[in-house]
Amino acid sequence: MRWRSALAISFSAVILAAACSQTGTPTTSPGQSAGGSPAASGGAAFKRGDGGQLNILYWQAPTILNPHQATGTKDSDASRLILEPLASYGPDGKPLANGLAAEIPTVANGGVSADFTTVTWKLRQGVKWSDGTAFTADDVAFTFTYVHDAATAATTESSTEGVKSVVAKDANTVVVTYDAPNPNVYQYGVGYVSNGGILQKAQYAGCTGAKAKDCPADLKPIGTGPYMLDTFKPGDVVTYKANPNFRDPNKPYFKTVQLKGGGDAESSARAVFQTGDVDYAWNLQVAANILQPMISASTKGKMLSVYGSSVERILLNFSDPNAAGDLRGEPSTKHPFFNGPDGLTVRKALAMATDRQTVANQLYGGGLTGKPGCNIITGVPDFESTATQSFCSQFDPVAAGKLLDDAGWKLGSDNIRAKNGIKLKLTYNTTVNAVRQATQAIMKTNWEKAGFGVTLLQTPAATFFTNTSPDGANHFWSDVEMFTNNSDPDPTSYLDGWTTKQIAQKSNGWQLGNYNRYSDATFDGYVDQLRKETDPAKRADLIKKANDNLILNVVIIPIVTRTQVTSGISTTIKGNTPTGWDSEMYNIADWYK
Amino acid sequence: MGRYILRRLLIAIPTVAVISFVVFAILALAPTDPLSSFGADPRVPPEVRAAIRTSLGLDDPWPVRYVKWVTSLAQGNFGFSFMSHSPVVDLLKQRLPNTLAVVGVAYLIGVVLAIPIGMISAVRRYSLFDHFATTFAFIGFSVPTFFTGILLIIVFSINLRWFPFIYDSTLVIHDLPTFLDQVKQSIMPITVLALFDTATIARYTRAEMLEHLPLDYVRTARSKGLKEQVVVLRHVLRNSLIPVVTLVALGVPTVFGGAIVTEQIFRVPGIGELLVRSIGDGDTPVVTAILLIFAVLVVLFNLFADILYAVLDPRIKYT
Repeated sequence: MRWRSALAISFSAVILAAACSQTGTPTTSPGQSAGGSPAASGGAAFKRGDGGQLNILYWQAPTILNPHQATGTKDSDASRLILEPLASYGPDGKPLANGLAAEIPTVANGGVSADFTTVTWKLRQGVKWSDGTAFTADDVAFTFTYVHDAATAATTESSTEGVKSVVAKDANTVVVTYDAPNPNVYQYGVGYVSNGGILQKAQYAGCTGAKAKDCPADLKPIGTGPYMLDTFKPGDVVTYKANPNFRDPNKPYFKTVQLKGGGDAESSARAVFQTGDVDYAWNLQVAANILQPMISASTKGKMLSVYGSSVERILLNFSDPNAAGDLRGEPSTKHPFFNGPDGLTVRKALAMATDRQTVANQLYGGGLTGKPGCNIITGVPDFESTATQSFCSQFDPVAAGKLLDDAGWKLGSDNIRAKNGIKLKLTYNTTVNAVRQATQAIMKTNWEKAGFGVTLLQTPAATFFTNTSPDGANHFWSDVEMFTNNSDPDPTSYLDGWTTKQIAQKSNGWQLGNYNRYSDATFDGYVDQLRKETDPAKRADLIKKANDNLILNVVIIPIVTRTQVTSGISTTIKGNTPTGWDSEMYNIADWYK
Repeated sequence: MGRYILRRLLIAIPTVAVISFVVFAILALAPTDPLSSFGADPRVPPEVRAAIRTSLGLDDPWPVRYVKWVTSLAQGNFGFSFMSHSPVVDLLKQRLPNTLAVVGVAYLIGVVLAIPIGMISAVRRYSLFDHFATTFAFIGFSVPTFFTGILLIIVFSINLRWFPFIYDSTLVIHDLPTFLDQVKQSIMPITVLALFDTATIARYTRAEMLEHLPLDYVRTARSKGLKEQVVVLRHVLRNSLIPVVTLVALGVPTVFGGAIVTEQIFRVPGIGELLVRSIGDGDTPVVTAILLIFAVLVVLFNLFADILYAVLDPRIKYT
């Protein structure tokens, strides 16, 4: 059968046994040693094309192979085999020079100017495109021009925001200049998800600006990455071949790669854990009670669970979602009970009646795909606040009810608390999704115990995540809503989404990021300072303060910190060291069997 | 007859035009947004979203977009997909072979099996065979394909390991082993779909046969001393098949529309899978193209069925 590639396993095993003594005792059966050993990063463990075919399965199919025009992770990941960024974000959330840059510029090595306005990138020497032509700094400068042109409508454009220029100083040096000192000096250059890859100038010269749309190169990009495109059927399958011009002469290990798309997450899990038809199955968001037994019974696959910054959260509305006419959801209105004189008390009561533990255990497999979370900024240890812990650990609907009782919110005959004719009735919107709906049910039970009246709503994801629909997250015409979001390791632009100037309202087409309509001068101040502060310790402090402000004021209720990587991988695959901050394919060059 | 066909074809033009307008209007007014796949990602800020919207041409009011679309359609251009930036026609070309190889073959098998099954069931009414076929038929059209599909996957792919459940569209058939690979990977979706098709058509054939069997001309044929075989095959079956043929002809366009659920389950990259995904993504150029082609096929096969009717039944005359 095609899927089970008949590899020269014994041959590679001999080489492994000979080369990587540090991995312990490699046996003649490579399938035995499970852990993602970093042995391959040294380089000499294998030769290019030793392996047969690597089979990857995504239940969403890639539709385009230009990461700057990608509409989802599927597209970005599928293009990562072909294209490379300057540098990646490694498992620790720190820049890692596994791309086109020879090293990570820092203040210490002179790459970053003392005032944080210019960054000088030294590129690797002798890199070639898969068509054999030389890669130069011109390609990097060109890619910037392509992305930065608003008419290109690149989805990665925000990586170039505030960048004055990207200039090729010589064939192997690129200078990035920011308009103003930028403490997040790696904003342009590091991370494939936000930056995309470097495009070949020769191929894309005719595709900038308005001509970027419907550019044929988007379906067959030429890259510097470990693999080159063989065939691409949008929405179905991508096949790759080892790039004969890849800069590391021994990599990549596999001769061919097939990335198949489509289907559903549950059968993807079966393909990696039960039949072993695929070597890697992406994003196995499957109910924990189905996934867990599959994993524990499997001899073929294991789970890769890596945390990044993804948090499933509940947003509280500070504006009035039921105001008359054009005032609905406008920041000029105040939410009847979340934003009145008792606002903080009511919000706290809601937070106290939120049962994270049950959600995490029953729906996210208690650490399999998520763990109880209390911070909105999470994943980078330096930024992780501990000040919120005691607040989040007190789950007690009865005490929540008492808190409301003491503030004068008395239980009515309908079991809903009310004060001065205002009832604590709330509508709770989220996307149509089994896990989210089960979460809603758990919340409803406990919130009702505290004396809230809860109406559950669900909106299809394609309608929820849009600024055009009245049922969408942006309009937020409900009292609370729930979804997941995440950020780059530097959370400045993420936190910006709760500042006053980012309030989503009718006049800006509901496009901005502050759906809560939260407005707090203190919080705005933290974000303003973050934009200027360059001292790492002070930055960490500001980030924690901003996080605590959102949590302790109950602007958002984080429920579960979700795994960023939730994929299944064959036990035979080695060299995969997943990161929660970059593409799952960021080190595909190092994978081997 | 010629005038009739011409008239029908002329009527078809406004029909298709109205369908295209309704389809476009519904999609334009639906809240689905091609940009929704970005979620609330702070990496794609509002300015970028606005730029993407402009580049996709979504800034114009939808009646303007409709006129633009119809104009380019008149030049044979179905436009470009929002998601893949590739011509819609290319996407359809890539998918049609897969749909025909699975849905088309299933339909063919369905028809070939159903007619004899329906016939035997009617002739040997209430026999063991009839009971068996009836039960089978009821299972066929009452059990949803998403259930039979998953059942087959669990039994034949996961437990027995006989067939793969991930359809490989890159497979090129050039010799016997690759042909067998194709059989292996398409046998389960074909079974699921053929079960449904067989059940429907077999029940229909049986009912038609039963209606004809007690009629006077059948008695006449028997009293002429014709062999039972000749009576059934020449007289009853032939007359009973007239409405069945119509049904089969009208079913052909659905083959081109693909099988949404089954294609999804078995990862067959066919038209149905493309349609449902494009609807979810708000990829209107693809959705409108598929629905329009589908509408044209329905109109054409309706006409075809009517003509076939006249050919098979001399009593029917079109003027």
